[in-house]
Amino acid sequence: MTVQTGIQPISATRRAKDRLVQALVYLAFALAVIPLVSVLWLVVKNGAGRFDMEFFTHSMRNIGARDAGGGAYHAIIGTLEQVLLASLIAVPIGLLTAVYLVEYGEGGRLSRIISFFVDVMTGVPSVVSGLFVLAFWILVLGMSFSGFAGALALSILMMPVVVRATEEMLRLVPRELREASYALGVPKWRTIVKVVLPTALPGIVTGVMLAVARVAGETAPLLLTVFVTDSINNDPFNGPQMGLPLYVFNQTILPTDVAVDRAWTGALTLILIVMLLNLVARLITWWRSPARRR
Amino acid sequence: MAKQIEVAGLDAYYGSHKAIEGISMTIEPRSVTAFIGPSGCGKSTFLRTLNRMHEVIPGARVEGKVRLEDQDLYGPEIDPVSVRRTIGMVFQRPNPFPTMSIYDNVAAGLRLNGRVSRSQLDGIVEDSLKGANLWNEVKDRLARPGAGLSGGQQQRLCIARAIAVRPQVLLMDEPCSALDPISTLAIEDLISKLKQDYTIVIVTHNMQQAARVSDRTAFFNLAAQGQPGKLVEMDETSKIFTNPAEKATEDYITGRFG
Repeated sequence: MTVQTGIQPISATRRAKDRLVQALVYLAFALAVIPLVSVLWLVVKNGAGRFDMEFFTHSMRNIGARDAGGGAYHAIIGTLEQVLLASLIAVPIGLLTAVYLVEYGEGGRLSRIISFFVDVMTGVPSVVSGLFVLAFWILVLGMSFSGFAGALALSILMMPVVVRATEEMLRLVPRELREASYALGVPKWRTIVKVVLPTALPGIVTGVMLAVARVAGETAPLLLTVFVTDSINNDPFNGPQMGLPLYVFNQTILPTDVAVDRAWTGALTLILIVMLLNLVARLITWWRSPARRR
Repeated sequence: MAKQIEVAGLDAYYGSHKAIEGISMTIEPRSVTAFIGPSGCGKSTFLRTLNRMHEVIPGARVEGKVRLEDQDLYGPEIDPVSVRRTIGMVFQRPNPFPTMSIYDNVAAGLRLNGRVSRSQLDGIVEDSLKGANLWNEVKDRLARPGAGLSGGQQQRLCIARAIAVRPQVLLMDEPCSALDPISTLAIEDLISKLKQDYTIVIVTHNMQQAARVSDRTAFFNLAAQGQPGKLVEMDETSKIFTNPAEKATEDYITGRFG
């Protein structure tokens, strides 16, 4: 075999390989995007039909499977309240856990144990978290079905996502920034609160929003914890509530076109809510950042 | 304001690895002391032991004594946070806080310690930026992000941030190694100005810089890779660079090794 030396033109085989791999990458991208676009398209197309005032202002009370009209007001209220409560529980715990793991744990025994159980929690099927709340909160402690019980189940699902996302982001904050703060005589906890967390904030917000998006669409844990209702219940701590995923589920299993249309619009509303929350969160981080003043 | 530092028999470890061994020296107030030596000889490590920044690294520890005037910095009752407040530090790479404006960066040390009013703060920020020769360049854009400045300006911003907390000693870990010659000159001028008020210790790889700015120079070396670094000799800068007592120092400064 002779070894080629000197400057050479790109060989035909390398050129061909380059083309091939490029084509494969584009193909993979197209394959990944097709389902996404088709889902969005179908949801928008089929959901537009019932995207009207009645849908957003009325519940399903006294509306049968065959009746037109009706709305998801009760389900929207339920989803918003449950997701908000779940976030109120999961985000602080998740954030503090991540701060402990990155800033204080330093690979010690406790942090390795926590890390392991966070991984385990990530793998818990959503129905199991619902079953846990059903068994513990409702059956053992004797609490009633409520939006709050649903929020508990959702927070179990949210927590590991928040921990992992926050952990990643905190690890990305350069050591030098922490040291710069220590060198000014700033105590560790203030360094974390005033320097490390603000620096990682945009990434943490993204992680939290991903977690919100994940739990907002959960059906199984809600089915076991909030029960189901057709009426408006604004109080998440008392009595059965509804949620959008449950609403979609309930309407799709009915055999009439009007019900299926309601389900599509419910799905569209859920997507819009998650998108809107995302936008709001991004606006808040942008508004707080110094880039705004540039 | 400026104070003398006395070090006696200091060893520093990373885990079980001994990085520096048996260092004793006196650092005079209102002067510039330069540390020179080949890479890995422990001069940065030693610098970080002077304000207890060394122990921030997991597994790192120190044995021996460091005294600031009559206080033992490693005494059991001493709060490391207060040590760092008294002995400020400027790092190799400029590291302004990316989420903060120029003003907030300078104010950070005071504000994060929570003890000044807004009007006081305005005065201190202006004084510190003037002290770091940066005021004229940034006075019209104090609310803009600190990370938007050039490298040399960022480093002077970091110096302003360090002197805003009114330390008694300023440690500088190769403050010019990431800067161009003009910014380097600006910082060197600044060092000469600051030494009227502060005790300054500077680590540098640039021997001309050590010769230009420092009053006393300490030469560090290590016997072999993996061995702990040691202080070879310390003397007046002019003596170190013209007539060093040790052969190793002469070899190093004349470029025979390192």
